[in-house]
Amino acid sequence: MSSSETLSVEEQLAAGQSDDGIVRAADGTPLKARLAKALRREKLRSFLMISPLLLFIVFSFLLPIGDMLFRSVENQIVQNTLPTVVEELERWDPASGELPDEETFAALAKDLKVAVEERIHTRLGSRLNYEESGFSGLFRTTGRAVKKMESGPYKAQFIEADKDWGELRTWVILDSFKAPYTSGYFLSAVDAENTAEGVQMKPENERIYLQLFMRTLWMSLAITFMCLLLGYPVAYLLAQLPARTSNLLMILVLLPFWTSLLVRTSAWKVLLQGQGVINDILVWIGIVDDASRLVLINNQLGTIIAMTHILLPFMILPLYSVMKTISPSYVRAAKSMGANDWTAFWKVYFPQSVPGIGAGAILVFILAIGYYITPALVGGTSGIFISNRIAFHISTSLNWGLAAALGAILLVLVLLLFYIYDKIVGIDNVKLG
Amino acid sequence: MKHKSLLLAAAASTALFSSTAIAQENLAEAPCEGCAEEMTLVSWGGAYQQSQLKAYVEPYVAATGVKVSFDESSAEATAKLRAMNEAGNVTWDVVDVVASDAIRLCDEGLAAELDPATDLAEAPDGTSAEDDFGNLRVNECFIPQIVYSTTIGYRTDMVGDNPPTEICDIFDTEAYPGKRALQKRPIDNLEWATYCNGTPKEEIYEVLSTDEGVQAAFDKLSTIKDDVVWWTAGAETPQLLADGEVVMGSTFNGRLFSAIVEQDQPIGMMWDMQSFDLDGWIIPAGLEESRMKRAKHFLKFATDTQRLADQAKYISYGPARKSSAPLVGKHEELGIDMAPHMPTDPANAGNVHNYDYTWWADNRDDLDAKFQAWLAQ
Repeated sequence: MSSSETLSVEEQLAAGQSDDGIVRAADGTPLKARLAKALRREKLRSFLMISPLLLFIVFSFLLPIGDMLFRSVENQIVQNTLPTVVEELERWDPASGELPDEETFAALAKDLKVAVEERIHTRLGSRLNYEESGFSGLFRTTGRAVKKMESGPYKAQFIEADKDWGELRTWVILDSFKAPYTSGYFLSAVDAENTAEGVQMKPENERIYLQLFMRTLWMSLAITFMCLLLGYPVAYLLAQLPARTSNLLMILVLLPFWTSLLVRTSAWKVLLQGQGVINDILVWIGIVDDASRLVLINNQLGTIIAMTHILLPFMILPLYSVMKTISPSYVRAAKSMGANDWTAFWKVYFPQSVPGIGAGAILVFILAIGYYITPALVGGTSGIFISNRIAFHISTSLNWGLAAALGAILLVLVLLLFYIYDKIVGIDNVKLG
Repeated sequence: MKHKSLLLAAAASTALFSSTAIAQENLAEAPCEGCAEEMTLVSWGGAYQQSQLKAYVEPYVAATGVKVSFDESSAEATAKLRAMNEAGNVTWDVVDVVASDAIRLCDEGLAAELDPATDLAEAPDGTSAEDDFGNLRVNECFIPQIVYSTTIGYRTDMVGDNPPTEICDIFDTEAYPGKRALQKRPIDNLEWATYCNGTPKEEIYEVLSTDEGVQAAFDKLSTIKDDVVWWTAGAETPQLLADGEVVMGSTFNGRLFSAIVEQDQPIGMMWDMQSFDLDGWIIPAGLEESRMKRAKHFLKFATDTQRLADQAKYISYGPARKSSAPLVGKHEELGIDMAPHMPTDPANAGNVHNYDYTWWADNRDDLDAKFQAWLAQ
């Protein structure tokens, strides 16, 4: 409903009778309309004030993330590099068990010649090599050979150049990846693959991602729990002590927080390794035999210890700021009415600190789930996270499609957990101070 | 961000330049028409980048007065080059990468193709650059600088009178109890395992091309799986050896050289079945003309015979040109002969493993997935 319409109706009313019960501003317009107008202006102003930040976030954060996630399904490279072949393959039935006909090979020669000219044939080779070993080399050798192919019949010439063109498997792969969008990356990300018989799990010795997702989740939960266990008493102490002492303690909490992540992680290496400080002390005291030193690093234990230490401030700070606001008079009141120390704490103090636990737990868990430097350095093989594989696919294998699919799944998992958390604990119950 | 900018004034370092005076014409002084006056080089940092700086970047700057920034981002070069290429804003001019990365970059169209006849310098005796580099030029985009090797170092005080002499000793946990450090990737490890399964050297890749061969290699590695510390950065093994955390481990020969010779650690070197690898330059694709010219002008100078030999004064990696080998001299600071420390020295190169780049370019994605799954089991 537009306000000008309301206004005109009301104006008519106002012209008809002056005592209509509508409260008016000095200039005669109804106060309600004036108020709405003022509110609108206020909203517009605040929107304009946040718009630079909004634009910044949209362009530097949301759009790139969206673009990256889009790569997990995008697969136009086959169509762009071999357009005629893709057209020809429409006529071909992969289940027929026969190679495509001569016309398809002629189309391949035509498309490849253009691709070689533009130097993009090897790029397609690398792309398809993610699906099946050998495509990279196939396109490289064929790219060299196709320059010399002047006239048909092409089929024999291609098989001559590389016998893989005579393999049905090569064409089945090409055929199944000809569409501009693919579910292949997402299937790989959950250890599955598209086969002639439909979607199937990969062979046992190639499965890795589901296991890593599970491990990332349970280890992040373990780290969150450890942080809570260690952080709660510290935050409680900080909140109870007089300001002078608590400030000093606070610096001790924050000091490691200000130290470089790599330094802290490397320090844990020195402490935890077989010939490290902790083992040396234990051997010296005689608790541990020199021959059977504890394995504290390059496994899950190493990751949990180092990450708990690194993320501890993120638990302590929200806890502390919530505990600071809990008035001591409640506990005193409980005690005066006969509660013992434990009951007073558990029934009165603890429930009031739950919002701090919620905030700290979410913060630590979400940070932990995306960590990769620390697990890579102290996690060995059993203590690495899914993010280590994402980093690998981004920077080493250049398989950005798979990295995007893994990232998308991780994002969805976090949002899902966030939703569950909201249902169980309630997001209103989170307070940072 | 690690980003070192050395804005070296031309005059300031002329003194340095005189030390590398040579009979051959100086390519840095050759005219460079229409060339950009600034250039960004990218390398690995550390002692290696230092050797490049001393051997040819500083002399080049001294001769031309070009403003050079020397970035240390080679470790993430492939990903960054792709991102830059997609954004249409390539800020690097010459990038140092290993051969396998060069193959990937060239395949992806991210590196420019170079013509050895015009873009590279001839050897002093007139041998063409193409012949001088030989098959070390693994593709059209890559100009190799050094041959390095991944080889085994061991703690001399932990092996007694029986130091390891052959690669298969890494699988012998009875004679050499304790942990061993291996690189966290299938390359080299699968080859060594296959070799120690009794496969002749020439047939390693043939065997690894079959599923049974791969399985056999993993089975061999499984025998020491609990005894392996997996490393990702080259500095880790020397540190693990120095701390006594491992009894032996693989790493790059230059890292072992500095641990043994420069830092005097109780570490021994075992060259058997050392795996040769290459490091070299590429020029990113799609540079504007003036920058491309400058990059090529620099590369022609930096990869000539004398410059590659000079580099060996600072680090124990073998020059990639055949004609550079006789010119390798003494260590710049320690004054020891560098030739015996080169992986290519005949005494060290008795039994070497030639790592097959193209085979790995095809099989890396697949075997890496298998390797990671095997690690996770």
